[in-house]
Amino acid sequence: MNGVHDMGGMHGFGRIQREDNEPVFHHRWEGRVFAVEMAGVGGANIDHGRHSIERLHPDRYLAYSYYERWLGAFLLRAQETGLLAPAELAAVASDSLPPGTPPTNPEPSDTLLRGEAARLREEGRMEPRFAIADRVRARNMHPEGHTRLPRYVRGKVGTIVLSHGPQVFPDTRAHGLGPHPQPLYNVRFTSAELWGESGGAQDSVFIDLWEDYLDPAEADG
Amino acid sequence: MTKKRDRRSVLQGGLGALAATTMGSSVLGSEGPGGGHSDEHGHEHPHHAPANRYLEPRRTPQENEALAERVEALENLLVEKGLVTRETLNAIVETYENDLGPMNGARVVARAWVDPEYRTRLLEDATPAITEVGYGGSQGELMVVVENTPEVHNVVVCTLCSCYPWPVLGLPPRWYKSYAYRSRVVIDPRGVLAEFGLELDESLEVRVWDSSAEVRYLVLPERPAGTAGLDEEQLAVLVTRDAMIGVSRVEAPAP
Repeated sequence: MNGVHDMGGMHGFGRIQREDNEPVFHHRWEGRVFAVEMAGVGGANIDHGRHSIERLHPDRYLAYSYYERWLGAFLLRAQETGLLAPAELAAVASDSLPPGTPPTNPEPSDTLLRGEAARLREEGRMEPRFAIADRVRARNMHPEGHTRLPRYVRGKVGTIVLSHGPQVFPDTRAHGLGPHPQPLYNVRFTSAELWGESGGAQDSVFIDLWEDYLDPAEADG
Repeated sequence: MTKKRDRRSVLQGGLGALAATTMGSSVLGSEGPGGGHSDEHGHEHPHHAPANRYLEPRRTPQENEALAERVEALENLLVEKGLVTRETLNAIVETYENDLGPMNGARVVARAWVDPEYRTRLLEDATPAITEVGYGGSQGELMVVVENTPEVHNVVVCTLCSCYPWPVLGLPPRWYKSYAYRSRVVIDPRGVLAEFGLELDESLEVRVWDSSAEVRYLVLPERPAGTAGLDEEQLAVLVTRDAMIGVSRVEAPAP
């Protein structure tokens, strides 16, 4: 989805602010929220989990601190899946739940699917469509659901630099539409290609992209 | 060690694909570079006030109190419903506060600096090479190590969320998750690095690695001059979290 989480290249967020001797968790409640998610309560897979953070209303996404987003996303899913009853939710949400984008598909848990990708890799299946040094164009696609293809590379031409082997496809897995494992590549885009005159002449961005995000560069040139 | 093993078994039993483990004990402990932990008793650290107000949306003490109450109510509810136990939550928090952190990545870097064959293995296939030193698991299942040289400087980000190599660096600092870092480092890496005090020569190539999938990237910093006499453990102490993300260099120890 073209959400506010897709921040690469945006302006306006100010300077980088650092904190010395930062604790792992700044408040005890942050660690508890983290642990609830890590314990797998509710059974979301990682893609579904990320998408539920993205589905928080942009007002909330930007205003929440990091672990508030985790909490908000957990409660959003708890509401949607019925993990918590309305009365139970009312007791743990101080205000009304954030208006989130509804899921496009009810989702089963499929936490074992990573193993599926590893098995396919070991068996040597899935011949990659692209080879190292191939020129590829990231598709100009705008799915309303989850995707890991950021806006700033869509339509841009890059070069394959690493072939990572098959990985499960977040765009379907986040929505319970299956693992669809497919080759994952690292693609290098020059800063000039991505940012035009604003890009540094010596600089590049390297980003991991699934095969379904890519076309041969000459195909739509 | 018994306590640690217990924690690990809880994690491996309960987390499925999200499980995180450290496979070795950390020689540097939690006081290693960039380490730190919050107070178990809910004490609020005083060092994140006005100067850091852009790190995250600010919360008043009252708002934090309200959040703490809500999360406590949520935890009580989940435990009552039998969805999780407090012991599981405690074990997860303790693992991430104590066992995972940049002291782990620092050992990997130091070994690469003293052992050329290890360095080659690390750069060619990082996941097993890092497992050799004792680290792996969630958010580190597929690792790639990229090397800084006099010609190339690497820096890592996750523009879409907060992906970060947990087994070797622990959980990310706030600035790594900040909207400013996520938005800017891909379009203006040199400007961002300058804010970290890293002024790069024009001729140097900057490579920004945006962690958009399940591959996690670790920067192998340049070994500083004047460290020829140091052994692996002494070198590991010099290696910082920020250098392994790529926003700073490793400095030689003061003479």
